[in-house]
Amino acid sequence: MNALRLPAGGRIDRSTTYEFTFNGQRLTGHPGDTLASALLAHGIHRTGTSIKLGRPRGIAAAWAEDPNGLIQIEEPFPEPMLLATTVELTDGLTARGIPGQGRLADVPDSARYDARHSHADLLVIGAGPTGLCAALTAARAGARVVLVDEQSEAGGYLLGSTDRIDGGPALDWVAAATAELAGFADVLHLQRTTAFGHFDDGFVLALERRTDHLGTPTHVLGGETAPPHKSRQRVWRIRARHVLVAAGAHERPVVFSDNDRPGIMLAGGARTYLHRYGVLAGRDVVVFTTNDSAYAAAVDLADAGARVHAVVDARAATPAAWVQKCVRRGIPVRAGRLVTGTEGVERITAVAVAGERIPCDLLLVSGGWNPAVHLFSQAGGTLRYDGGLGAFVPGEERDGVSVAGGAAGVAELGGCLADGRRAAEGALGGLGFVPVDSPSPVAEAHVDGQPSLVLWRVADGDQRTQFVDLQRDATVADIACAIGAGMRTVEHVKRYTTIGTAHDQGKTSGVLASGIAAELLGRPVGELGTTTFRPPYTPVAFAALAGRDRGSLFDPERTTAVHAWHVARGAVWEDVGQWKRPRYYPLPGEDMEAAVLRECAAVRGGVGILDGSTLGKIDVQGPDAAEFLNRLYTNMIATLKVGSVRYGVMCGADGMVIDDGTVLRLAGDRFLVYTTTGGAAAVLEWMEEWLQTEWPDLRVYLTSVTEQWATFPVVGPRSRDVIGTVFPDVDVSNAAFPFMTWRDTVLGSNRSGHDASTPRSARGGRPAPDQDVPVRLARVSFSGELAYEVNVDSWYARAVWERLVAAGERHGITPYGTETMHVLRAEKAYPIVGQDTDGTVTPHDLGMSWAVSKKKPFFVGKRSFHRADNQRADRKQLVALLPVDRNLFLPEGSQVIEGPSVPEPPIPMLGHVTSSYRSAALERTFALALVKAGRTRIGETVHVPVAGALVPVEVAEPVVFDPEGARRDG
Amino acid sequence: MTADLLARSGPLQSWTDRFAALPDTVQVVATPHVAMADLRVDPAGPAAADVAGFLGVDLPTAPSTYVETDSVRVIWLGPDEWLVTSPFRAPRALEAGLRDAVAGRGAVVDVSGQRTTLGLAGANARDVLSGGCAIDLHPAVFRRGAAAQTLLGLTGVVLVALDDTATSYEILVRSSFAPYLASWLLDAATEHTPT
Repeated sequence: MNALRLPAGGRIDRSTTYEFTFNGQRLTGHPGDTLASALLAHGIHRTGTSIKLGRPRGIAAAWAEDPNGLIQIEEPFPEPMLLATTVELTDGLTARGIPGQGRLADVPDSARYDARHSHADLLVIGAGPTGLCAALTAARAGARVVLVDEQSEAGGYLLGSTDRIDGGPALDWVAAATAELAGFADVLHLQRTTAFGHFDDGFVLALERRTDHLGTPTHVLGGETAPPHKSRQRVWRIRARHVLVAAGAHERPVVFSDNDRPGIMLAGGARTYLHRYGVLAGRDVVVFTTNDSAYAAAVDLADAGARVHAVVDARAATPAAWVQKCVRRGIPVRAGRLVTGTEGVERITAVAVAGERIPCDLLLVSGGWNPAVHLFSQAGGTLRYDGGLGAFVPGEERDGVSVAGGAAGVAELGGCLADGRRAAEGALGGLGFVPVDSPSPVAEAHVDGQPSLVLWRVADGDQRTQFVDLQRDATVADIACAIGAGMRTVEHVKRYTTIGTAHDQGKTSGVLASGIAAELLGRPVGELGTTTFRPPYTPVAFAALAGRDRGSLFDPERTTAVHAWHVARGAVWEDVGQWKRPRYYPLPGEDMEAAVLRECAAVRGGVGILDGSTLGKIDVQGPDAAEFLNRLYTNMIATLKVGSVRYGVMCGADGMVIDDGTVLRLAGDRFLVYTTTGGAAAVLEWMEEWLQTEWPDLRVYLTSVTEQWATFPVVGPRSRDVIGTVFPDVDVSNAAFPFMTWRDTVLGSNRSGHDASTPRSARGGRPAPDQDVPVRLARVSFSGELAYEVNVDSWYARAVWERLVAAGERHGITPYGTETMHVLRAEKAYPIVGQDTDGTVTPHDLGMSWAVSKKKPFFVGKRSFHRADNQRADRKQLVALLPVDRNLFLPEGSQVIEGPSVPEPPIPMLGHVTSSYRSAALERTFALALVKAGRTRIGETVHVPVAGALVPVEVAEPVVFDPEGARRDG
Repeated sequence: MTADLLARSGPLQSWTDRFAALPDTVQVVATPHVAMADLRVDPAGPAAADVAGFLGVDLPTAPSTYVETDSVRVIWLGPDEWLVTSPFRAPRALEAGLRDAVAGRGAVVDVSGQRTTLGLAGANARDVLSGGCAIDLHPAVFRRGAAAQTLLGLTGVVLVALDDTATSYEILVRSSFAPYLASWLLDAATEHTPT
């Protein structure tokens, strides 16, 4: 039963009835309703209780400015903290009122969320009369227009009024305007789309609610349903050459004692419920106003059958024409009077007006209108206090931004229509468009009236029940308290009282708080100003902001050319930056420890193969390439011979290690630089920065070839056999192919094979001729073993990898992952930049003074090595730690202290464990650590806390395996 | 000798069926094995003229554009950098030809394996792209002859407009990011795939 639903009128579809549940009550409504309008149709104002004081609270507005009305939706999908006034009713909706906080769903949200980028000459925010006029003006001039509006249909304030345009209902004009806009190919008109953030240079974020209003497939009574393939919400990222804010205005309440009861509502809201939803918000009405606009609500509600017991006008001078309309309807007008209090707990029952008690079930309030300047202010626009409006309006012109209509303080319809057109024409001129001649819409002449009175509050009564921010339960007493505590600016008052920090971001309370604080401080409001508006204008769900970047699309997973092989081989993955790298390849029944010990033993005892394709690779060429690299690496690169390889260390200007890797000299003017996997992009940027900003005179070109080349280290004493088999043209002997050299060779290619299943070029045509596939072999080793690094064009990577594995089969070739690679390199004390270093470690600290040139006059970082701090004897140095208990594993990150007991804090810290493994070769655990003056401590025993106990460990030379390097040449 | 012949593979080899299942309005096709070379020369110098002679077309100097002949496309990547692509030439031949033309007055690097190529076509192609690409794709702005280095989703791409109606593009993506981008495109197409 919809007791307060009028028999006709409104923009709801009465032919369809929806069932919904609110606070456990089963109710009905219609398509076109909001949850709030459907509740009011049942006479339900109260939605819940307030967050701190537990006072009953109800629907106080008709849209996003409502400071009450927070609800939790339970069906169709749990969602917290929505407003009853902005939730469109759907069949089966289940919701309940909440005191401030709701709950997130504990099941995954299966809805899709996405984003669209859009560009426009003119973005118009708001499809009310102002925005529609502006959009039409721009569209007719040929501009690319985006028009967004947060409501379910265009019209803005006209949806809740009886205004007329061009001699007919204003909404007929709205319908014609939207139809015309739909005919322009370059107009994007989005309803249910809230512009919530306005940033520099015409960048605006808007949230489109796309499917909720369609209902779910299980609750459909005909018509369309929410299609599961469509995104539920979409974030529009709009870049406009000009932004026109036509967001209208929010009605402002007046603060008085007990102004928070259910049944107290903004006057314009009640008018919207009447005209848009066909709902009487109450039967016995009192209107309290400081301006003319609320008279329309009194008159319209009386005409619709409500008993309007009084219009209480704070002004002594009342508007004659409006008073006459009231008199004709028998509505008494109390001039120069104030509402000083209310009665009722669950719902207002009476209003106190200067000693008079007027029974009612609805009190409508209007304290004037606040232009919706949020989006103008967000983008940096300053505001000016308008003493006539009692509100803040745009205070300056800004390039690329204009404000028109109600948002600029224009009060009546004719002015808004004209202002929209004026603003659009102004913008178009700057954008190079010529507005076309067309008739302007003409609004019905508005009723002449009286100027508004600026009234923030009625002082009578208890300040502790005079609510400024209803959602935060913040009162005039709280503002007085803030001022008493010494707060003198509105920003401080806001933070002290929390006024304006709730879901509504102070749409009703912000200006009131400024006005009341100014009054209490005895200062002008304009001087005190208002708080800064920040995005979002209305709340936005994180799911919408995340969009499609979730699950496997949250962060790109980079894969090598051999990825599918690793998958088939059952690799367990390690994420290295964005790369997926095989960490180890467990055999049935193996855990990581077993697999890694097996892989390590296989490499040191036979041969293993690693996919090292993730290493960064940079082609450096040009006449000054050698000089360039000489300046970036700590060691000498210029002397490197063509055909040779050198290990290099790169430092920052502070002398700290930032990357390392090998450098191949391909020609006198060409090098191939290998970086760490994680450092590839940063090193290329580092190189480009020096080249472009410091040394533009150097003739050097840098090109990333990370994915051009697949890189497969074939490692172990039997690697020579495998390489010799696969590349019979290459003399793999030590004499012909010594350590730290490279050789090019070729393998024959075959254009059939896998190609047959993949499409040819989209453009078809003649295939390229067959040719040999170049392969580059390099004798480098990250394990101390004899090793050949096979580099091949990634088109042929899979084929070459398979050939290496096949050829290695009879030598027991074992694919190994990053974990084994780490163990093997740690046994040789080869550092991992970023694991054994942390940005505070020099090459000397790593025991790599040999890699720092003493001859070069300059390289990046050189000067820093002379700083006193870099000379300290107690710098942390890389050493090995050997637990006395050979089976004891030191967790990485463990602290190193002197021991053997724990002294009183502060405990002197000697350093920490950077890498820790079990060594198959040594049949024991070992670790690398950065330890103060570590090299002088070699042979000493220090202690590491492990699982609550101090364990003794021996400080050792960092290279724990094959310190002589005897295995390098096989 | 067959045993000595090597087969080529591409990062999207296993995606063909998934691409084929896409609706007509969002057609994705992997076009692997396009030869590509990164070219660095002074656009005003004699090397640029010699390169133009080799390619049969002048190097484009307007930012974010490309030119093409029957066999090559030349994409502007920077004031002195171009990406030369060709599905008809072998990588080494393309690199060698350019290197001869440049003759030490710049740089040429074979980057055929660095990126892979995807075709994106159909009535919703622009919608799909605008779901993850910030540049203005309006056909009055981004049309045949335009090629932009930009982000698509969370990966860098070279986006090439093939027609004037915003219905046909090529996307060049780093090979390691190709499976991510393929997943991203399939996911984007969901919006245009009524169930």
